[in-house]
Amino acid sequence: MNLDALWPLIQFLVPFLFMFGFVVALMLPTMIFMERKVSAYIQDRRGPNRANILGIRLFGMIHNVADVIKLLVKEDLEPKAADKTFFRFAPFLVMTIAIMTMAVIPFGEPIAIWGKALHLQIAPLNAGILYIFAISSLSVYGIILAGWSSGNKFSFLGAVRASSQMISYEVALGLSVIGILIAYGTTDLAEMVRAQGANPLTWGVVLSPIGFLLFLTAMFAETNRMPFDLPEGESELVAGFHLEYSSFKFALFFMSEYVNMVVGAAVISTLFFGGWQVPFLSTAMIKQNSALIFSGMMISGGAVLLLISVSLIDAIRRPFFAWGDRRDHEPKVFLPLTLLGGVGMLWLGLGVIPGLDIAKYPWFPVVVVLLLQITAFCAKTFFFSFFFIWVRWTLPRFRYDQVMQLGWKYMLPLGVANIFLTFAFARLWLGWLR
Amino acid sequence: MIVVPRPAYSLREKVYFWEIAKGLLVTFGHLARNLWGAALRNRTIQTWEYPEEPRPYPQRVRLLHRLVKRPDGTPKCVACYMCATACPAVAIEIIAEPSPDDAIEKRPISFVIDELRCVMCGFCVEACPKDAIRMDSEVGDLMGTRREDFIFTLDRLLEMKPRAGAYLGDRELEAKRKAGLI
Repeated sequence: MNLDALWPLIQFLVPFLFMFGFVVALMLPTMIFMERKVSAYIQDRRGPNRANILGIRLFGMIHNVADVIKLLVKEDLEPKAADKTFFRFAPFLVMTIAIMTMAVIPFGEPIAIWGKALHLQIAPLNAGILYIFAISSLSVYGIILAGWSSGNKFSFLGAVRASSQMISYEVALGLSVIGILIAYGTTDLAEMVRAQGANPLTWGVVLSPIGFLLFLTAMFAETNRMPFDLPEGESELVAGFHLEYSSFKFALFFMSEYVNMVVGAAVISTLFFGGWQVPFLSTAMIKQNSALIFSGMMISGGAVLLLISVSLIDAIRRPFFAWGDRRDHEPKVFLPLTLLGGVGMLWLGLGVIPGLDIAKYPWFPVVVVLLLQITAFCAKTFFFSFFFIWVRWTLPRFRYDQVMQLGWKYMLPLGVANIFLTFAFARLWLGWLR
Repeated sequence: MIVVPRPAYSLREKVYFWEIAKGLLVTFGHLARNLWGAALRNRTIQTWEYPEEPRPYPQRVRLLHRLVKRPDGTPKCVACYMCATACPAVAIEIIAEPSPDDAIEKRPISFVIDELRCVMCGFCVEACPKDAIRMDSEVGDLMGTRREDFIFTLDRLLEMKPRAGAYLGDRELEAKRKAGLI
């Protein structure tokens, strides 16, 4: 087999499959589920739990399946006044751009395999952050096209709002990262993560806290999330730019919003929270103590699973959880799985690994590094994705003039000041740390 | 004219972030209580799992009508037309006949309540001199697909059973609520 010829394909496919699987197949349904359940619990409701397959409800996760079926089966309406070509094109543009952004996000240290370095990044670009800005500023086209081609005044107003808002906040978004760009001395995202190091005291959020807050705020505005979801503004504009869309075209808008959020969360964790860096554990350190760290991972994972099992036993025992239907049996199905997983992980961590001669398996440290770093990246991304939802159900919507005021009068000057502040502070701080 | 002065924001409020963090803590408190509080019995969820979880009614609730029987099984109703007269919605229709019992003057041969017309005011219960009609049956929510499902005849009214469940404000129920059992 000629590996050299296949290498570009492998280099593309491995990170692509991981990233696509993580964002679209794993995080997207989780986000939609979380949006419902988190909002319910924050508002002291129970949240959706009615959709079921043969009585199995999985705490409301079946609602995702019901959503998909509904959106696929629904009639696909196209208004008479709509410009058909652009009306059909807009959702695809929005979704494509949302997915494209994740191409440059690194999710692990490049691994040495078959004498080559496999970059854990779909496109190892040296202009990574510029690529992200370039692509994310394109997404306004999709929204304008959608709103304008619908032939509806509300959609059009939503699109106009979206465009002015996104263009305004693009400025603050760009300015807020310049400080750390100078501090890291690179625009390559993988290099930036490496520059941040394993010590949380040298991460972007410490070097540039104001930059982080500005970036976070601008990210909310860019993804049209809650304090800034004026383009949708259902109290004023019915549904904003996607008002006329139904069926799967609407689903594309809906999904692209969540993909945008997950990718935004990944960008935030990459720029300011050390991306795949595990706190206090550098790659060399993990490689040296791989057996110990792997045992630690397994023991803590097993402990968590056993804790879950205990609460499941509790759930089976208590009358509190008795509904008199098949929901009562769901913990009984999960209990063996979590028990088995927990005991198995503890056994691996306490019994198998300490007695193993690690030197015989040269691939072992590499796998541990990979696992730990990907877990760190996913955990950070998950937290910020959750943060998007959390903020949405906490804050009310800004008024439109307030949005513009905040963007131009406060965030823009702060962003400019932040460049100098961060530059000076990062210099002093990093010098002092050394 | 009353002019309500708008409170001036302090610097901390103008900066937003501190107040936003406070708000986030409040919402996270609710989320955590409702997510993990099931085991600790301190959920603050206010909604009911309606069909599975029987909704406790307030003590003075008016449910569907029922007619009370005498110990011998005949209806207590003496067909006096008091309820039909009191009914503001003209939902009750009674046809009377002489009672075979000498101590009782009349009895209904037909007693029909149209629950679609009924406004659940409870005047019929108050008007009844014999305590023959009550609004405490076990059915509080009536569903049907045809008009006939809502026409309650004499036999149907006599078959209705009194409600057995607890009412809101019952001591047992309050104790259960406090223990987080409902």
